[in-house]
Amino acid sequence: MANGSIAVPAEPKGKLVDFYKQESKHKGIWSWLLTVDHKRIGLMYLLVMIGFFLTAMTFGFLMRLEMLTPGATIMKPQTYNTLFTLHGVIMVFLFIIPGVPAVFGNFIMPIQIGAKDVIFPRLNLLSWYLYIAGGIIALISLFTGTGAADTGWTFYVPYSIRTTTNVSLTVFAAFVLGFSSILTGLNFITTIHRMRAPGMTFFKMPLFCWGIYGTAWIQVLATPVIGITLVLVILERTLGIGVFDPALGGDPLLYQHLFWIYSHPAVYIMILPAMGVVSDIIATFSRKPIFGYTPIAMSTLAIALVGYLVWGHHMFSAGTSDTSNVIFSLLTFLVAIPTGVKVFNWVASLYRGSIEVTAPMLYALCFIFVFSIGGLTGLVLGTLNTDIHLTDTYFVVAHFHYVMFGGMGILFFASLHYWFPKMFGRMYNEKVAKLACIIFVIGFNGLYFPMFIAGYLGMPRRYYDYLPEFQVYHVISTVGSWIMISGILLMFANLLRGLRQGAVAPANPWDSTTLEWTVPSPPPMENFEEIPVVTKGPYDREGLIESKVKHQLKH
Amino acid sequence: MSQNSEVVVHQEHVHEAHAHVGEHVHRDDMGSKMGMWLFLFTEVLLFGGMFILYASYRFIYSDAYKVAAAELDTYIGTINTIILLASSCAVVLGIVALQRKNKGLCLGFLWFTQACGAAFMVNKYFEWTHKIHLGIYPKGPALADMSEGEVVFFGLYYVMTGLHGLHIIVGMIFIGTIMVMIQKNKITHDNYQKLENAGLYWHLVDVIWIFLFPLFYLIH
Repeated sequence: MANGSIAVPAEPKGKLVDFYKQESKHKGIWSWLLTVDHKRIGLMYLLVMIGFFLTAMTFGFLMRLEMLTPGATIMKPQTYNTLFTLHGVIMVFLFIIPGVPAVFGNFIMPIQIGAKDVIFPRLNLLSWYLYIAGGIIALISLFTGTGAADTGWTFYVPYSIRTTTNVSLTVFAAFVLGFSSILTGLNFITTIHRMRAPGMTFFKMPLFCWGIYGTAWIQVLATPVIGITLVLVILERTLGIGVFDPALGGDPLLYQHLFWIYSHPAVYIMILPAMGVVSDIIATFSRKPIFGYTPIAMSTLAIALVGYLVWGHHMFSAGTSDTSNVIFSLLTFLVAIPTGVKVFNWVASLYRGSIEVTAPMLYALCFIFVFSIGGLTGLVLGTLNTDIHLTDTYFVVAHFHYVMFGGMGILFFASLHYWFPKMFGRMYNEKVAKLACIIFVIGFNGLYFPMFIAGYLGMPRRYYDYLPEFQVYHVISTVGSWIMISGILLMFANLLRGLRQGAVAPANPWDSTTLEWTVPSPPPMENFEEIPVVTKGPYDREGLIESKVKHQLKH
Repeated sequence: MSQNSEVVVHQEHVHEAHAHVGEHVHRDDMGSKMGMWLFLFTEVLLFGGMFILYASYRFIYSDAYKVAAAELDTYIGTINTIILLASSCAVVLGIVALQRKNKGLCLGFLWFTQACGAAFMVNKYFEWTHKIHLGIYPKGPALADMSEGEVVFFGLYYVMTGLHGLHIIVGMIFIGTIMVMIQKNKITHDNYQKLENAGLYWHLVDVIWIFLFPLFYLIH
C-alpha cells in the first residue's frame, strides 16, 4: 500500500497515539515538512513565527538604544531608517497579522468545532510554504541589492518609488505573505461552514472560533487590494507606469487609499481572534459562562464590517476632503461601540465569578487594562482636530503599540500559556509565568507610555535624532524596553523549560468547557475517535461539574 | 479500474492522517465550491483595486481618457470579446457533456475553450506589439509626448489587460490540468466538482474582460 499510514490499524479505545508519535508515510523531518495535519502546521508556524518575533524585537531594542541620547548613539540615520522599516514589516506582516490565526487558528479551531482537520489540508500546507517563502524573500531583501528598504512598513509613494534601496523585493515579500493569508482565510471560512460537528450550531461555537471566522473574512476580502497595490508599486519602480508617480500624472494619495483599504482592516485581522481568545480564557477562569455570548459574537462581525469603512482616518492630514474626513471620523468612532460591548461583557463575566488568576488569566486581565488605554487613545486620534496636532508623532507610535502589541501581542502570549498544555502535553511553572507576565507588563508601560507624552509635546516619529528636551522620555522608554524584553525572555525560558521538564498535562488542566479539552493532551492525529455530538453551549459548565463530582466520589 | 483509481486518489487527496477512516473518506463538493467562490471574491477585489484607480483617474483626466481610448482598436477588442464569450459557453457545455457521461464530447468542448484562450492571447500579442511598435508604452517615445492623463490611461491599460491576460494563461493551465484528470478518469460524471471550479474561474476571467472591454475600448 502506497500510503503507509492507512495500513496502521486503529488503536484500541482510550489509547490513541498522540499526533507527535503518529506514524505517517514520511519519516523524520519530512513528516513535518510534508504534513497536512493542522496541528503540525500550526506548530511549524509557531516555531518560525517566534524566530521572526525575536528578530524584530531585537531591531526594536536597537532602535530604542539609539534613542537613548540625542544625536548618533550607536548607528547612522540610514541604518535607523532600515531598522524601523524591517521592525515594522516583520512584526506586522510576519507576526501580528498571521500570529493568532495561523498558529492557534490552525491548531485549536478545528478541534473546537469538532472536526478532524481543516477542509483543505493541502492548501493549508501551501499557505505555510507561502508564508515561509515570503519570510525568506523579506530576509533576502535585507542582504542583497542596494541595501534594505528604508520607507517604513507603509511603503508610501512617491518615496518608495524614488528610493534606491531594495524596496521591490521587500514589497514582493509582503505580496507573497498576502497570498498565504488569503488562502488561510479561505480555508478557515469554508472549514467553519462545512466541518462543524453535529449539533455545533454557529451560536454554540466558542468565541475564539467567532474571532477566527470574522478575521478570515477580512483576510479574504481585504488582502487582495493590498496585493495589487504592492504589485503596482513594483511595476511603477521597474516600468514607470505612472499610476502612482506624480511626475507622470499619478496621484500618491490614491496609493494611501488603496494601502489603508487593506491595512486598516488588517488591524482587525490582528485583534479579532485575540479577542476570541480572551473570551475563552475569561469564561474558563471565572468558572461561569461568558456574559453576553451573542453580543460578543455579533460585535465581532460588526467590527469586521465597520472596520472596513474607516481607512480614511489615516489620511486626515494628507489632503483628503473635509466631507470625507468627517465621515471617516464618525465611522471611526462607531468601531469603538462593538469594541466597548466586548470589553464590558468581559468585565461583566468576571462579576460574581469564581476567579482564578492563572498565568493566561493574568495576561488576559492585563490585556483589558492595556488595550483600553490603546483603544481610548485611538479615539483621540480619530478626532479631526486633535489628530492634526498628533499626526506622525510618538503619540501615534504609542497608540499603535498599545493596541497591536498590547492587544494581539499580549493575547498571543496568553494563548501560548492557555493552550500550552494542550499543544505540548506538558505544564509550565505557573509562578514564573506570572512573574514574567508582571515584568513584561511593567516594562511594556514603561516603554510605550512616555511616548504618549513625548508625542503630545511634539516628538515626531521615525526620527533618529531629537531635541534635548525629549531625552527624559526617551530614557524612560529605553529602560522600559530593557525591562519588557527581560520579561519576554523569562517567559520563553519558562515555557521552554516546561516543554522539557514540565509535569505531564492532563486532558483538561483548567476545567475548561470547550471541545479541545475533551481530547487528550496532546491530541491524537485526527483529534477525535468519534466526532462528538454537541448538545450544550460552549461555556455551559453543568456537565463538567457533574462529571467532576462523579470522578471525586469514585476516589 | 476507474473505481479503483478513484479510491486511491481520494485517500491521497484527503491526507495520510485519515488513518482509520478507511471507507467513508471525506469528500465535500459543496465545501470545494464554496472555497472556489471565496477565491473568486478575492480575484474580484484584486481587480477592484485597479477599477478604483481607473475610475479616479477618469474623473481627474476625463478628456485625456477620451483621446487615449481612440487609439485602441475596437475591432480586435470586439473579436476578443466574442472569443471569450464562446469559450465560456463551451465550458458550460463541457460540464453538461460530462454529467451525461459523454467524456469525449466534454474533452472536445474543453479543447475548444483552450483554442479560444490561445486565440485571445494571439490577438492580444498583436495588439500590444503594434502599440509598442508605435512607441506607446511606459517610458516609450510616443507616450512621453502625450499628456499626463494619457500616460496614466496607458499605464492602466497595460497593467489591467496584462494581468487579465495572465489570468487567461492561468485559466488555460487550470483547464488543461482538469482535462488530464478527465482523461485519466479522475474526474467523472459523478465527481466533477473540480471541473466546475475550473469553469467558475474561467467565467470570472471572462466577466472581468466584459468590464475591461467597454471601459477601455468603447467609451470615447
